[in-house]
Amino acid sequence: MSWDRGDSGASASSSHGGAWTALYVTLVALLVALLAASLLVIAFDESPARVFALVVAHTLGEPYGAGQALFRATTLVFTGLSVALAHRAGLFNVGAEGQLVAGSFACAALGAALPAGTPAVLALPAVLLAAAAAGGAVGAIPGVLRARFGAHEVITTIMLNFVVSGAVLFVARTWLFAPETIHTRAVVPGATIPALGLGGSAVSWAAVLALACALGVTWLLTRSRFGFELRAVGQNPDAARAGGVNVGRMTVIAMAAAGALAGLAGSGTVLGYKHYFEKGLGADAGFTGIAVALLARGNPLAVLPAALLFALLAEGGLAAGARVPREIVDVMLAVIVIVLAVAAAETRRVRASAGDGA
Amino acid sequence: MTATGAVGVAVASAPAAALELCGIDVRYGARFANRGVSLRVEPGTVHAVVGENGAGKSTLLGVAYGEVRAAAGRLVVHGREAALVGHTPARAIALGLGMVHQHFMLVPTLTVVENVILGREPRRGPLVDFSRAEAELATLAAAHGLALDPRALVETLSVGERQRVEIAKVLFRGAEVLLFDEPTAVLGPSEVGAFLRALRGLAERGKTVVLVTHKLDEVAAVADAVTVLRHGERVVSYAQGSVPAPEMIARAIIGREPPPPLMPPPVRDRGAPVLTARGLISGSSLLGVDLELRAGEILGLAGVEGNGQAELVLALARLSACAGEIVRAPGALGHIPADRHRHGLVADFTLAENLTLGRQRELSGRVTMDRARVLTHARELLARFDVRPGEPDLPVRALSGGNQQKLVVARELSRPGLTVLLCAHPTRGVDLAAADTIRRALVEARAAGVGVLLISSDLGELRALSDRIAVLVRGRIVATLARDAATEEALGALMTAARESQEPSA
Amino acid sequence: MTLIETILSVGFVAQALRVTVPYALAALGGTLAERAGVVSLALEGMLLFGAFTATLGSALGGPALGALCGIVGGLLVAAVYELIVVRWRADQVVCAIAINLLVLGLTRTLLVLVWGSASSSPRVPGLGSTGTWAFVAAAAVLALALSELVRRTPWGLRLRAAGERPDALASLGVDVERVRWGAVLASGALAGLGGAWLALDVGGFSDAMSSGRGYIALAAVVSGKWRPLGATAACLLFGVAGALELNLQAEATSLPRELVQMLPYVVTLIAVSSVARGARAPSALGQPLG
Repeated sequence: MSWDRGDSGASASSSHGGAWTALYVTLVALLVALLAASLLVIAFDESPARVFALVVAHTLGEPYGAGQALFRATTLVFTGLSVALAHRAGLFNVGAEGQLVAGSFACAALGAALPAGTPAVLALPAVLLAAAAAGGAVGAIPGVLRARFGAHEVITTIMLNFVVSGAVLFVARTWLFAPETIHTRAVVPGATIPALGLGGSAVSWAAVLALACALGVTWLLTRSRFGFELRAVGQNPDAARAGGVNVGRMTVIAMAAAGALAGLAGSGTVLGYKHYFEKGLGADAGFTGIAVALLARGNPLAVLPAALLFALLAEGGLAAGARVPREIVDVMLAVIVIVLAVAAAETRRVRASAGDGA
Repeated sequence: MTATGAVGVAVASAPAAALELCGIDVRYGARFANRGVSLRVEPGTVHAVVGENGAGKSTLLGVAYGEVRAAAGRLVVHGREAALVGHTPARAIALGLGMVHQHFMLVPTLTVVENVILGREPRRGPLVDFSRAEAELATLAAAHGLALDPRALVETLSVGERQRVEIAKVLFRGAEVLLFDEPTAVLGPSEVGAFLRALRGLAERGKTVVLVTHKLDEVAAVADAVTVLRHGERVVSYAQGSVPAPEMIARAIIGREPPPPLMPPPVRDRGAPVLTARGLISGSSLLGVDLELRAGEILGLAGVEGNGQAELVLALARLSACAGEIVRAPGALGHIPADRHRHGLVADFTLAENLTLGRQRELSGRVTMDRARVLTHARELLARFDVRPGEPDLPVRALSGGNQQKLVVARELSRPGLTVLLCAHPTRGVDLAAADTIRRALVEARAAGVGVLLISSDLGELRALSDRIAVLVRGRIVATLARDAATEEALGALMTAARESQEPSA
Repeated sequence: MTLIETILSVGFVAQALRVTVPYALAALGGTLAERAGVVSLALEGMLLFGAFTATLGSALGGPALGALCGIVGGLLVAAVYELIVVRWRADQVVCAIAINLLVLGLTRTLLVLVWGSASSSPRVPGLGSTGTWAFVAAAAVLALALSELVRRTPWGLRLRAAGERPDALASLGVDVERVRWGAVLASGALAGLGGAWLALDVGGFSDAMSSGRGYIALAAVVSGKWRPLGATAACLLFGVAGALELNLQAEATSLPRELVQMLPYVVTLIAVSSVARGARAPSALGQPLG
């Protein structure tokens, strides 16, 4: 999978080439990642088998752990969809983290500012809209910088991650943090999303919202005219322009939409669990979102299992944290991404040497 | 260069061929690009390799130069057996082979001398010895009549100059056997003449030339021997002294009688103007173009490549910014772009999706694509333009070049309410049958009252189809001729009249 | 002192130069790799790993060994990146981001493994003023030398060709892969040295201490139009912004801390947006070889 616009080797819609190859490659990636993690675990004088058993027992063996994994997966579905959508437009959104922070903060701030008795029918749509709008605004900036000034979105989104977290912290610390704390006041009851109640875990109905978003993005990409034009821009912007698509505008809209999806991630953590915004919220969810999108090959439906897998790893890593550093999970993540990218390059080369018609 | 003389003497005293390829097999998947092809080139001759697009000519050159891996076969250079396994350009150069690619292998941001010495730089200490490099280049250029400014950036050079840089590169490496892949495709008529004289000059100085081309007049003018390829196999070789008339070679190339050339009579009564441009200016490529295209005519646009044709089409299609006035009659505009991969097609989209591109508003509701109509539309066009395989759900990358081009033509010609068709090199890189289909479609469009602007580097095609021919030189239209007045000589003179004469003196 | 006086003082200039060093070293490396056609987003990981290995080296044998180990650390990351994107032709942007994540996770893990801490290493011998100025001088000399290298040596010529038209270079029998290998390894060594400076300047390693400097260095490469001296000049701009940030923080002005810390990133955003359009990236940048 390539992020370059117009790279014809990057087929995100793996309709041909075979689902079996994809499955096989994914399994290989997982195995290599497990191997790398095992080496690190051994370095800590622990038994990989014991550690992995702990991971599995904690996540799949008890409702609470499974619920926590679903809670994490909710966030990752949003950021994964964000990266995947931008990718289909030929854009690499490394800024999901900043967009998530902006969205989370916006819904927390608005939720806390609403009158205490606001009914859920009004409060929930309002705070969700705020989350999407704030994330979308942050996402639109690199879109505009790319379309108007040709600044590459990878650099600008990374810089914006720093800028947004700084700006949000500044605003929060100056005006909104509850006294003596590093979090905002709680949102009004009407703006909260009820928990699913899985073993007392943090997972909420926001998980269903994430599922709905995955379906929505799928519909958008495969059935709508907007999606058709977005994919055309991602695959070949020159041909899209010749086909009457405004490439610059599509770039901005796609980045804004990606930002809005990342912004909605706040629904799970803020509205469904913490009920407030705090410093450090959502850290690393952006980068994990890249891995999720890559594992899903840009397919929004495949984002669901991919997000679940990484959520299980992260949650399991926490359980193993007593024995080995949970950052080993980051290493696994990176290894999976690299193996997938190498496999994609290999596939492309095989296809090229098999000779296309032209 | 000292090496040149030494090897030259060795060749003269030995009866061995300068270059021999035996039983070359090249396979892409299940398809053979070359199958058992043999080629024997005598020293000091110009040997033409001819065939249709896709006949395997360029592949064969690539094998000799180490850029294409052969599955089987032998390579012998000056009587010395060279291994084809692990053959690379570096080895080919060491064997005395040099290649001038169809698409120039030049680094545009480097200077002429930097391009020439790249990979074989004369050194002074750790640095490049640029003064020695320039001196060597000057000697070489004088010996072979290659006028070049060593310090010019390659991106500022004309196509003819770039080709001279390519030849200088090859000679700088001491090549004895020079391989040319479609070298005249990008040249204007007078440049072609000068280039062919230069080729003869090289042969007279003892160099050996292999010339891949599909233009038979060039073969007649310059080749000592000819090899014909068809569908990846050698059909026949004509040795020195036994090269037949072009008509016979043509039959060998196609394998049957060539189809009668399509030559519709020119229209007498042209309709109202459908596209008028006044004073178009774009950077340094368009310097005030005035143009009027009328309904029901084909207006040809002749000119040496790089004189603003590509920019003019993009400007008229409103794909690039330009100053000046463009007035277009109401109705749709069709555009068959020069670079179909860049402007025409989305390689990973299906045939149906590609046929929809540009018409997505028509083929959708307010929000949702109308899949049934997209498919019906696609099936109908695929059948009408005989695109094979005509499977709407196939990705477009699975099609051959000719069928991809037919797909673009089908989409552009089927726009409802089409009034203007901009058409750049519609049959380039397309096999004869597909080219015929495409040309007929253009003539049909003309009959339906569409104004067609046709750009082609093939003067024969231009003269056969166009009702009028405008000549574009250095960003300006210097003349517009009726078809009867537009003889090849007249066009050639116009196309090069305004150009500075920097042709090689060879 | 007013802000203006601060900026005009010798101390400020010295501070700006010091802040510039890691940016400049990484950006010089990035310039080489990008001129050869390889995307340099992995500078971040090279810096971070260089900082880690330098800390390790300094703890074992003093700052000189630390600097050497920093180079080796950067080289290691570059070699892995290289293997993946040049040899195996994987997507450069994706893999660079992954490499950065890998290094982040790895250094965190190793931090626990080696020093039993999740946040920072114990203090190790730092540079001292001689060492500091040796670094500044080295960066300046390297900038000049690399500029000449790119412009006037055979390798520089091939480097430029590799990033512009690798197919043309290959058709002349030059091994493009080897040219790219050399360029990326050089970028790893330079960024590793930059990382060593980060660690040795403060006398220790702390988690994620590169904090985006690799990305900023890449922005400097773009702003400097892919020329060694241009990139160094852009880094000086970031150096001034960084020194300003430090001064503003130290003086406990009324400006809020978060906003001051945003300064380098905002400067970077403005820089890439204002220069990017005029600059022309190497045409083959990011394209895997065929």
